[in-house]
Amino acid sequence: MVRISVDMDKCQHYGQCCFEADDVFSLDDDGKLVYQAEADESRRADVESAADVCPMQAITVE
Amino acid sequence: MTGAGGPGVVIVGAGLGGLRTAESLRAAGYAGPITVVGDEPHLPYNRPPLSKEALAGGVDVSGLEFRRKASVDDVVWRLGSAAHSADLAARTVTLADGTVLDFDALVVASGIRPRRLPIPGPVQGRHLLRTADDAEAVRTELGPGAHVIIMGAGFIGCETAATARKLGADVTIVALDEQPMVRPLGPELGAAMRRRHEAHGVHFHLGTTIDAFHGASDEGRVQSIALSDGTELPASLVIEAVGSVTNTEWLQGNGLDLSDGLLVDSAMQVANDHAPVVAVGDIARHPNALFDGIPHRIEHWNMPTETGRRAGQTLAALLAGEEPDRSPFTGMPSFWSDQYDHKLQSFGMPGLGTRSVLAEGDYDGPCVVEYHDDSGLVGVVSIDSTPALVPYRKAIMARPVVT
Ligand SMILES: Cc1cc2nc3c(=O)[nH]c(=O)nc-3n(C[C@H](O)[C@H](O)[C@H](O)COP(=O)(O)OP(=O)(O)OC[C@H]3O[C@@H](n4cnc5c(N)ncnc54)[C@H](O)[C@@H]3O)c2cc1C
Ligand code: SF4
Repeated sequence: MVRISVDMDKCQHYGQCCFEADDVFSLDDDGKLVYQAEADESRRADVESAADVCPMQAITVE
Repeated sequence: MTGAGGPGVVIVGAGLGGLRTAESLRAAGYAGPITVVGDEPHLPYNRPPLSKEALAGGVDVSGLEFRRKASVDDVVWRLGSAAHSADLAARTVTLADGTVLDFDALVVASGIRPRRLPIPGPVQGRHLLRTADDAEAVRTELGPGAHVIIMGAGFIGCETAATARKLGADVTIVALDEQPMVRPLGPELGAAMRRRHEAHGVHFHLGTTIDAFHGASDEGRVQSIALSDGTELPASLVIEAVGSVTNTEWLQGNGLDLSDGLLVDSAMQVANDHAPVVAVGDIARHPNALFDGIPHRIEHWNMPTETGRRAGQTLAALLAGEEPDRSPFTGMPSFWSDQYDHKLQSFGMPGLGTRSVLAEGDYDGPCVVEYHDDSGLVGVVSIDSTPALVPYRKAIMARPVVT
C-alpha cells in the first residue's frame, strides 16, 4: 500500500497533482482538493510524480 | 562504459532542475558519485512563493526547501561556490575559488537571472526578484506608505504588484507592453487582468519606459523615476522584472550553441565531441514534439521536473554505455499564477497561438481561453476554473506528434 497525506495548511488547491494520478487526487465542485489516503502499490510511480509536481510541496508519500 | 571510481556526474545549479536530475539519475540506476555545485548558499528551494506568500509573510528558506528523495542522500552539495568555467575536452569544471572538479558527465542546470537595463541614476532602492535573498531584501522595504515601481508587466511583475498592494503599498507598473502578461495571455485576457489589478488600486503606465532614476545623488536612494512620456513619479522602491538572461557564461569557449540558453535535443543532450552533457530547466532550449518541434526555452516551474527526468535517464544510459531513448520529448508545459484571490492556470504553449477564443465564462469572471495556431489548439488558460481544464489539457496531449 502507498500511504498518502496532504498538508492541508500548505495545499493551495492548484490541482497539479490531479493530472498525475486522477484516481487518487481530484478537485471537487468548489475547486477544493480531495484525495485517497491509500493507493495500490502499482500506483506508486504516479503518486510520487504527483508529489513532485505539487507547487506547495504539500504531499507526503510513504 | 565509465568505470566505477570515476569522478561521476557534476551538476551545475542547485535549483529544482539540478535536484530532479540527480533523483532521476538514481531512479534510472546510476549509482556513481554526484556532485552539485550551487552559487547560492541554500539547498534547492521553491521560488514561486518569493513573489507570493513568502514575500507577504516572510522568507524562511528552510521552509521553502524541496523535499529530497532518500536516493540522493549521498549527493555532495558544494553550495556557495559558483562554477566559473568548464572545459568539456578535459572534462573539468573550475569553481570561482579555483577548485577544479573532474567529471564523467555534466548537467547544466544553472537557470536564468533577471535582466538589468542600463538606466542612469542611483542604484540604491532598485531590486531584482529571483532568489530568497532578493525577496528578503524587497520584503523589508515593502509596506504601507512605500511607493513601489514595478518595471515589467510579466507574471513576476504582476504577482509582486498584487502582493505589494496586499501589504498596503502604493503600486505602479511601468512596461513597454500594451497589456500585462500579453505574450502568454493575448490582448483580451491581458486587458482583463489589467482591470482586476486596477480594481485593486494598481496604476499602469504601459507603452512607456523608464528614462532615468532620480535621487539626491547617484550614491543615495532612488526617490523618483522619469518616464519616456515625460511623467515623473515618486519611488521608494523599484522592482525590475523585465525578462531574463541565461546563466551560460561559465560554458563559453567550448563551441556550444549559447544563443538563447543551451540548445539540447529531445533527450536533453547537448551536442559536442567531448563529453556527455545534458541541460535542464529554464536554461534548456529544447524541442517539444507536441507543438512546433522548434526548440524553445520554457520558464515554467514544471519544466525542470519534466526535463530533469528525461536528462537523468539519458545520462544514466550514456554512462552505462547504452544508447539513450531519443524518442520525441512531449512534456506538457504547465504554469500557474496567483494574483489577489485569482488563480490563473495554463497548459501548453499559449504564446504560440495566433488567435484566442473565449471558451467558457467571461473575461472579467471565471473563464477558460483557448489559443490556436494553424495546427489547432496549442494552449489553454483559465482564471479561477482549474478543474474545467481537464478536457482541454487532454486535447493538447492528443495533438499529433511532430517528427
Ligand atoms: C519570483 C518567482 C516566481 C515564480 N513563480 C512561478 C509560478 O507561479 N509558476 C511557475 O510555473 N513558475 C514560476 N516561476 C518560475 C520557476 O521558479 C522556474 O521555472 C524554476 O525555478 C526553474 O528552475 P531551474 O532549476 O531551471 O533554475 P533555478 O531555480 O534558477 O536554479 C538554478 C540555480 O543555479 C544557480 N547558478 C547559476 N549560475 C551558476 C553557476 N555559474 N554556478 C553555480 N550555480 C549557478 C542559480 O543561482 C540557481 O540557484 C517563478 C520564478 C520566480 C523567480
Ligand atoms: S498539487 Fe499540491 S497544492 Fe495543488 S491541489 Fe495538489 S496537493 Fe494541493
